[in-house]
Amino acid sequence: MESGPEKSEISVDSTQPKEQTPSPLVAAFQREHPDWVKEIIYALGETTVVVPREHILEVCSFLKTWPESRFDFLADICGADRGVEEEPRFEVNYHLFSTTKYHRWRLKVVLNEEDTHVSSVTGIWRTANWHERETYDLFGVIFDGHPDLRRILLPEDWQGYSLRKDFPLRGYEPYSLK
Amino acid sequence: MSSTTLPPQFEVVDRPLDTQMTISMGPQHPSTHGVLRLELVLDGEMVVKATPDIGYLHTGMEKLFEYKKYQQGIVITDRMDYLNPLGNNLAYVMAGEKLLGLEIPERAQTIRVLMCELQRIGSHLVWLGTHALDIGAMTVFFYCFREREKILNLIEAASGGRLTPSYFRIGGLMMDLPAGFENRCIQFLNDFPKAVDEFHTLLTGNRIFQKRTQGVGYISAEDAIDWGLSGPCLRGSGVALDIRRANPYTGYEKYDFEVPVEMDCDVWARYMVRMRELKESHKIAVQALSRLKPGPVKADAPKVVLPDREAMKTHMDALIHHFLIVAEGFDVPAGEVYHAIEASKGELGVYMKSDGGPKPSRVHFRGPSFVNLSALPDMAKGEMVADIVAVIGSLDIVLGEIDR
Repeated sequence: MESGPEKSEISVDSTQPKEQTPSPLVAAFQREHPDWVKEIIYALGETTVVVPREHILEVCSFLKTWPESRFDFLADICGADRGVEEEPRFEVNYHLFSTTKYHRWRLKVVLNEEDTHVSSVTGIWRTANWHERETYDLFGVIFDGHPDLRRILLPEDWQGYSLRKDFPLRGYEPYSLK
Repeated sequence: MSSTTLPPQFEVVDRPLDTQMTISMGPQHPSTHGVLRLELVLDGEMVVKATPDIGYLHTGMEKLFEYKKYQQGIVITDRMDYLNPLGNNLAYVMAGEKLLGLEIPERAQTIRVLMCELQRIGSHLVWLGTHALDIGAMTVFFYCFREREKILNLIEAASGGRLTPSYFRIGGLMMDLPAGFENRCIQFLNDFPKAVDEFHTLLTGNRIFQKRTQGVGYISAEDAIDWGLSGPCLRGSGVALDIRRANPYTGYEKYDFEVPVEMDCDVWARYMVRMRELKESHKIAVQALSRLKPGPVKADAPKVVLPDREAMKTHMDALIHHFLIVAEGFDVPAGEVYHAIEASKGELGVYMKSDGGPKPSRVHFRGPSFVNLSALPDMAKGEMVADIVAVIGSLDIVLGEIDR
């Protein structure tokens, strides 16, 4: 993300306007709660706010009710693995949407491999339930306070977390129903 | 919310076996629309608790994306929501185009709108046929599939595939529409409103259908937003949210159409929303067809878009580009995007992350069916077992997209 598109050699015309200046909303948010914002990234017309892990619950409940943002709709939660060598290794992305203001933000929490715990936001949006179960299932991110943190797509006795970069594409061994 | 009005016997407690019973519905049940298993806790015929169990169709598609080049990923998207493959193609290629910063020609955009709306009609027709079949109205199914066949023929004419078209490419379309396509399309669009009237005649005034759907599967607007419902399920709860209007893409802001909303919050409301959407999609398709003007269907980006066959035979650089794109793929600048479109079932979002190479570092699909199904326990609580079938049908789920 930080390296930016201009480093690439690809010769396609980047005629689309890229938002590089902070939007008033993000600036206001940062003014209000500077310690909740680790970093703000604008790229490709999208706003990403990197949030310290310990503040994610407060940030989400604040953004849901803050009259300026009104992010009442959690579109998606998805994990990402930056690579085995990277530190911090994992990301959890929260895609927020407002059903009244029609704008979108991405909140990002980064996690170290040794400590993949993050607070669950199921108490704020109930839709987070299955998204968090999926992220737990595929990346092994543990959502503290989740009411029912079980595997969702893979069988309960599955070994490992399949979307991690060090998990081989075809698995370790053929899975059999014991 | 229905849970507040339930009498006390509907609390899940450790009761003696003679009052509460747990049964497993599916995964081979014909009305679960694929391999979905529901664990139902019943009190008599009433559902106390429903727990969906998914994952039977999990094939690790999101993992597979990371091992395939960008253009190879398009064929994987076809297999997710197999009733709306063009919508999946569109979400995927638009995420890629956003990362690349590509400008798509006007004609390609219009054709994308046209094909997506045809596909939306096709997807809604499958929903209508199977939903009615679940409830017991068998005739509708045949009428729906008769119309859908015409749409599949159109899609086949354009792309060569009926269920797996892979018609959209990063940077435009696979190829232009074939000769005679517009006339066939006009023929279909002229006949279609009559077919919708037929569906209404068969179902909307039917007392049995009304009794089976009205007041069943209630979910309020606040709950619907909280559960992340989208598409017709959300609009059936009275929230006028359509991503084609909220965050327009592919030029949808230039089309004149209504966003149908129903206030009843039940299976009937979701039925009415989709029935009205059939006509709105028809309206958009007619407008798109009238706006088709000759022009290129591929972006001017020789390193990303495959060259024309003719150019390849006469120009050396075209041949080199073709070879490089096929053999090595194209590098996509590092970055991440989340692109959401209004698929036939709701918000279909694609999160795509690139680290600069020819293969994505992460692709995630936010499937509307996945999220809509997660709200099922809330809607099913306090309903009869037979009504669960109606509720599942009204959610219009496709398990290929849920399990990925």
